[in-house]
Amino acid sequence: MLVARALSKQFGSLTVIDRVDFRLADAEAVGIVGPNGAGKTTLLNLLSGAMQPSAGQISYRETDIKAQDAAARCRLGIGRSHQVPRPFIGMTVFENVLVAAQQGGQAQGADAYQRGVEALQACGMVEHANRRAETLGLLDRKRLELARALATKPDILLLDEIGGGLTDGEAEVLVRIIQRLRQGGIAIVWIEHIVHILVQVVDRLICMDAGRIIADGSPSAVLENQAVMSAYLGGGVV
Amino acid sequence: MTQYYGVERGTSRTRIILIITSCLVVALACGPALMSANILDHLIVLFIYIILAISWNALAGYGGLISVGQQAFFGIGAYAAIRLSYYGVPVYLALPLGGAAGAMAAGIASLFMLHLRGGEFAIGMWVLATLIQQLVSLDPLIQGSTGTSLLALNHFAPASRRADTYWLSLAVLLGLLGALFWLLRSRQGAAMQAIRDDEEAARSIGVAVAPTKRLAFVFAGLGAGMAGALWLAASITFQPGTYFGVQWTAYMIFMVLVGGIGTFEGPILGAILFFALETIFGATGVWYLIGLGAVSVGFALFAPRGIWGALEARFGWRLLPVGYRLVLGPGFARDKTASSIVQSDHHA
Repeated sequence: MLVARALSKQFGSLTVIDRVDFRLADAEAVGIVGPNGAGKTTLLNLLSGAMQPSAGQISYRETDIKAQDAAARCRLGIGRSHQVPRPFIGMTVFENVLVAAQQGGQAQGADAYQRGVEALQACGMVEHANRRAETLGLLDRKRLELARALATKPDILLLDEIGGGLTDGEAEVLVRIIQRLRQGGIAIVWIEHIVHILVQVVDRLICMDAGRIIADGSPSAVLENQAVMSAYLGGGVV
Repeated sequence: MTQYYGVERGTSRTRIILIITSCLVVALACGPALMSANILDHLIVLFIYIILAISWNALAGYGGLISVGQQAFFGIGAYAAIRLSYYGVPVYLALPLGGAAGAMAAGIASLFMLHLRGGEFAIGMWVLATLIQQLVSLDPLIQGSTGTSLLALNHFAPASRRADTYWLSLAVLLGLLGALFWLLRSRQGAAMQAIRDDEEAARSIGVAVAPTKRLAFVFAGLGAGMAGALWLAASITFQPGTYFGVQWTAYMIFMVLVGGIGTFEGPILGAILFFALETIFGATGVWYLIGLGAVSVGFALFAPRGIWGALEARFGWRLLPVGYRLVLGPGFARDKTASSIVQSDHHA
């Protein structure tokens, strides 16, 4: 469904993503791990359209989308959440998801209302619908971030450390939501440092280091890989 | 499908306010027949201040584009009206067309100015206004800093001219207020507010950022242009240094900050307050200006939501709401499995 070939990103002389090949199938869930600075978020930015690659190709359903920006890719069905939640703080929770349904989801009138309400229901945020987003705590901001992406009706959801900064209990809340999204057929690419919550959801795990993919396979195989242990897990500590 | 929720876009209070507003508009429309020349002159000024306030609020309060160069479009509105009148366009047609020239100029300026961000945009707009002032001053018709007058207005008797200017100002004000209310309640209005809060996040949920920002910018240019043309109609004389002066944007910022940035009602309240302060203290000269500055700074620091914003937060007042409120019925399911809501077939 989503294919990247020989993707590179350079900032001046610094190569952050180095000829990465990436493939995501329909309804597949892929986790991405790696040390800080490995290029995980940059890869997500390239896939979402937030950044343009220095070289390489990106196609979605066999259509070249390299030149399309994040808004256009969102309207095609590629939604994303951010590492630090970015709610529209001057708007209510419901207005946050509604604008996503109207713009990314291209829904109008009652259809947009319905989609916004359903996204809030899916993420357990209905009770907060009329609160201004600036009043939300971290977990609810993350749930809103997820609901807003969901309201765009994505086929693919790109999640950037959505569990970061949460307690184990709070992270479990998000895991349950994301598992339900998976059951609904949404493909997921999830960057996460909290490996034990990641492996509850993903079919496949990728480990990156220094802008390259150093392992790609089943979660158990990747976590036992010597190169992954050396680069990321500190010699076998999981 | 049974609906267990509703989306509220107004309240019974909104309907009452709209009825009261309609009555007020009818009364104001009868102004020239009922009011003295002095009151009409004051109301024309008030209408222009409200136009300036709502246009800057649309730009900054809803679009997130802080500009200190809106005097560019104020001046262009007046200058274009003079030029059109000179070319033989009837003066009361030249005035609204001059205002529309402000929107056209904003449309052209948006092609390069909207690439700037934050402080760069704010100061860049000021630079643009100064540049346009210099260019206008080069026009022989304007005679440099000496300026000129809209001589065609002298063909009208003072009472008739005053009444026509009053009605034109009222019509422009109502038209812009109606257009802004409609815009803010549309999906483009919601998109504008999303960009204001976080441009990158807005783009990530599918908002077409550049056209939406351009819409806010052009609307603000239209408002400032119309205000400039109306000010010309009221004062007749045109001097580039006055019309392109940064004080116009300073007034806009004061009215919006004090009234309530990002609210529909606040800038109207701010304009009325500013008008009252100017009427009472304007003659005190520099101390009046220092006072305005101090009040603006005070509100920015201690009451950033302004008077209406504070009232809205404290009492939940929403007279003319532009947002959405979700109302849940008793049979509404608070939670729902995601599998029932995700489909992969809607994207073209």
